[in-house]
Amino acid sequence: MGEQYWKWAESRWTAPDVYWTKTATVTAGVDVGSVSAQAVILVDGKLYAYSNMRTGSDSAESARKAMDWALKGSGMGLEDIQHIVGTGYGRVNVPFARRAITEIACHARGAHAMYGPSVRTILDVGGQDCKAIRCDAQGKVTTFLMNDKCAAGTGRGMEVFADLLAVPITQMGQMSLEVAEEPPPVSSTCVVFAKSEASALLRAGWPKNRVIAAYCSAMVHRIATLLNRIGVEPDLAITGGIAKNIGIVKRLENKIGLKALATEYDPQIAGAVGAALFAKTLLEKSRGGL
Amino acid sequence: MIANYGYKDGSGEYFITLDTDRCDGCGQCVEACPLGVLEIITDDYYNVVAAVTEEHRNKIKYSCGPCKPTSRVRNLPCISACKPGAISHSW
Repeated sequence: MGEQYWKWAESRWTAPDVYWTKTATVTAGVDVGSVSAQAVILVDGKLYAYSNMRTGSDSAESARKAMDWALKGSGMGLEDIQHIVGTGYGRVNVPFARRAITEIACHARGAHAMYGPSVRTILDVGGQDCKAIRCDAQGKVTTFLMNDKCAAGTGRGMEVFADLLAVPITQMGQMSLEVAEEPPPVSSTCVVFAKSEASALLRAGWPKNRVIAAYCSAMVHRIATLLNRIGVEPDLAITGGIAKNIGIVKRLENKIGLKALATEYDPQIAGAVGAALFAKTLLEKSRGGL
Repeated sequence: MIANYGYKDGSGEYFITLDTDRCDGCGQCVEACPLGVLEIITDDYYNVVAAVTEEHRNKIKYSCGPCKPTSRVRNLPCISACKPGAISHSW
């Protein structure tokens, strides 16, 4: 087996300026998705550490690995975390979570915290689903829609194309923008058929970047129809791995006429951030506060 | 909350929309649906409301088929049973 172009880089981060003491409120969120898992640790509601990894088929194992990596070198142990909430597809299989909350509610709350309280629309394009969410000024969901029936318009679709074209996944977005003019989108709505359509375009002499542009364009069209069903209200935040693909982000911004907000953190951690914030609320409730 | 359950695939868009602000969790729709598509859940914000079951979410085009000889049928058992008018179908 040659190089695996779809493989995106895992990441880990610790806050340089947040200190943890035994008296603090320490909560965590673990988001176990279909292709990635994230663990986020908050100290008094502030981002303390996070990890973002590719998952295997075992949700419990993925959750454990993500949590271990987030904790690594922090001096904190699993026993120091006072409340943990699990979210994502594998949320019921997070062994150390005290509660499971849907990824819809967690993404809204997490994006609201990461991108700021002006966020009203969240688009999360995950590994194998696409979520369009609207929230209020408190980060509470007001409308949602999720499509996980079909891989078209998901991160996995982009990974399949990276492998087909032998282009590292992180370069797909930039390459797709290096076209003199926008090609017509691939017509297939299915990733498998879009792949065979792309192979035909390559045989017909299309350069790689033009093929990627055609695929990005089709994907954006698909995502935009889902967003339009719930209605887009500014500001918009894009979360999930696709937020790192400039080819999709730029085309989507053009299509809906709205710029997406930026974040200094990994956009893939939004769900886990939300879960950790829910954990904080639950902890405070259980202590009888508020 | 406007909860859209369903999917879009190559053949079209199929969503059952539940307005949880209108839904009072009475469960009449659950009784009315002959295919067991709906259930009463406690959502993330502790509201007791109707939802489409996990099992049916990705096949409602087929699950709802028997009640819909054609698209745009509106006097469906679930919709008729819902007094607050919280349920709608996209197709």
